Amino acid sequence: MNPFRRSPFVIIASVLVYIFLYAPIVGLILYSFNASRTNVTFEGFIPAFSERIVMDGSLVKSSPCGPFHWYCDLAKNQDVAEAAGNTLTIAFVATIISTVIGTMAALALQRYNFKMKPFSQLSLYIPIVIPEIVMGIGILTLFSQFFGWANNFFNLVGDARLSMGIATVAVSHIAFMVPFVTLVVQARLQGFDKSYEEAAMDLGANEWITFKRVTFPMILPGVMSGALLAFTLSLDDFVITFFTNGPGSTTLPIYVYGLLRRIITPQVNALSTVWILVVFLAVMALQVLQNREQKPQH
Amino acid sequence: MLQRLRENKSAQGTLLALPTTVWLFVLLIIPLILTLIVSFGKRSPDGNVIYSFTLDNYTRLFGYSTDCPDGQASCFDPLYVNILGRSLSLALNTTLFVISLAYPLAYFIARAHPKQRNLYLFMVLIPLWTNFVIRVYAWMMLLRKEGAINLILGWVMNLLNIPFTPLEMLYTPGAVLVGMVYEFLPFMILPIYTSLEKIDASLYEAAADLGANSIKTFLRVTLPLSMPGVVAGTILVFIPVMGTFIVSDILGGRQVILVGNLIQRQFLDARDPTFGSAASLILMVMTLIVTYFYTRKFGFGEEIVVA
Repeated sequence: MNPFRRSPFVIIASVLVYIFLYAPIVGLILYSFNASRTNVTFEGFIPAFSERIVMDGSLVKSSPCGPFHWYCDLAKNQDVAEAAGNTLTIAFVATIISTVIGTMAALALQRYNFKMKPFSQLSLYIPIVIPEIVMGIGILTLFSQFFGWANNFFNLVGDARLSMGIATVAVSHIAFMVPFVTLVVQARLQGFDKSYEEAAMDLGANEWITFKRVTFPMILPGVMSGALLAFTLSLDDFVITFFTNGPGSTTLPIYVYGLLRRIITPQVNALSTVWILVVFLAVMALQVLQNREQKPQH
Repeated sequence: MLQRLRENKSAQGTLLALPTTVWLFVLLIIPLILTLIVSFGKRSPDGNVIYSFTLDNYTRLFGYSTDCPDGQASCFDPLYVNILGRSLSLALNTTLFVISLAYPLAYFIARAHPKQRNLYLFMVLIPLWTNFVIRVYAWMMLLRKEGAINLILGWVMNLLNIPFTPLEMLYTPGAVLVGMVYEFLPFMILPIYTSLEKIDASLYEAAADLGANSIKTFLRVTLPLSMPGVVAGTILVFIPVMGTFIVSDILGGRQVILVGNLIQRQFLDARDPTFGSAASLILMVMTLIVTYFYTRKFGFGEEIVVA
C-alpha cells in the first residue's frame, strides 16, 4: 500500500480549503490597487502616473505613484508610522524579556526539582485555557487599581502620574508570551542527550562553561523558534493590547480596528498587504530555522 | 553564600523559575483574583467600583430583573442568558465546522510526500500569522452587499440568465460564523497534522495485511490515533471563540452580541466594571467546565504546543 495515496475526496476538499484560506487575502491585496477612494466596489486599477494626484469624484484618475497610489498615501501617514513604531518597540522588548526568563524557566522545569515546580508548570497553561478577554480585563483592573492607588499615595500630579502606555502593553504581552517560549524550549530539552554535558563535566568544565559551550548551543534553535513565535504573538495581539494601551501607545492592530469603524480607504488594504508581506518573510525565516534545527538530529 | 547555592539544586531551580513564576502570578493570577473581588462590588454613579459583597451582578446575569413591565417587583429577563447561550452555541458550531474543514486538509498534508509537506504547511501558516483584525476586515470586504461574493454571484447568475439581487450577508449571524471559522481554522489544522504525521506507516501495512479496506483502516487506525490532535485543536479553537469580540463586532454589526461584546462594553461604553467582571468570570467558568469534561473524556494532547 502506498503511504502517500490520498482519495480524490481528500484532494478536492483540501483544494477548496486552501481557496477558502486564500480568497480573502487575494481580495484584500487586489483592493489595495483600487481606484475608488470609498473602496466599496472595485473600480479598476489606477491607470496612470502623473505629477499630481488627479481625482474624479471619489475615483483616482492618476497619481505620482500610479497603481501604487495607496502605498504612497500610506507612507505619508504619520499615525501608521507611529503605530508601527509602537508595535515593533513593544514586540522587541517583550520578546527579549520573555525569551530570557522563559528559557530560564524551561531549564528549571526540565532539569531541577523544587517546591514550587508544579505551580510554575501549571501557571504556564493559564493563557491557553482562559479566554484572552478574561486576562485582558483582569490586567486592566490590576493596572487601573494600582495606578489609582499609587498616584494617590505618592501624590503624583501631571506628567508624573502613572497611566497606561507602551510599558503596560509590553509588560502584559510578556505575561502571555512567556508560557509559549517556555513550552517550546521545554519540548526541545525533552529530546536532549545528557551525555554531551556529562562529557564536558568529565573533561573538567564547570557548570557555567558547560552551559555556555554545550547546553546553550544545543538548545539555541529551540530558543530562537520560541523567540520568533513570541515575537509574532506580540505583533498579532489585539485583545490584551486593546485593554492595556493608553494615549500614544496605539499599535497597528488597534489602529486598523479603529479605522474599520470609520471610513475605510484602500490605504487600509495597502497597509494589510505590506503586513502580509512582512509576515510572509517572517514565516520563511522561521521555517529556515526549524529546518536547521531538524538537520543535526538525522 | 554562592558556594551554598552551587550545591543546592533545589534553590537553583527555584531561582531560575522565579522571574517567570512571579510574572505570571502578578499578571495572570492576581488579575483573576481582582476580577473576582470586583464582580462582588457595586457600580458607583461615575462608573467606579464600590467594594462590597453582593451577588447582584450574578443574579442580573442569570435573568433576575427589577425593571419589569407590569409593575411586578421582579421578573425573568432572558437578555444575558441568551447572550451566554448564543456564545456557547456559536463556539460549538464553529468548532464542528473547523474540524470538518481542517481534517481533510491535515490528512492531505500528512500524506503528502515529505518534500512537499513543508510547502503545504507554510501555506497554512501565512493566513495564520496574517493579523487577526486584518483577516476580519478581508471578510467584511467579501461579504458586503457590493463585495466580491455578490459580484461573482451576480456575474454567474447573469451568465445563466437568472435574475439576481445582491444578498445581504454582512451583519448576520452567518457572517460571524464564517469569520470565526476562518479565523481559527489554522489552529485546528496544525495539531491534527502533527498527530497524523506521528502515526507509524507500518500500522497501515498491518491493517492492510489483516484485510482492512481503506475506509476500515481510516476508522479503526487513523481516526483514533489522530484524536489527540483533534482534542488539542478543539481547545485552541473553542476557548478563544467563546471570548472573541472583534469578529462579531465587525461582521455582526450590532446584530450579533456575544459574551465578549458584553464584557467589552461594560468596561468601555457602559462603564460598569463590576457587571463586566461577573460576566468575565462566568465566561471563564463556562470554558473551564467544557474543557475539563472534554479533556477528561479524551485526554490532554501535547499537540497543543505546536500551534
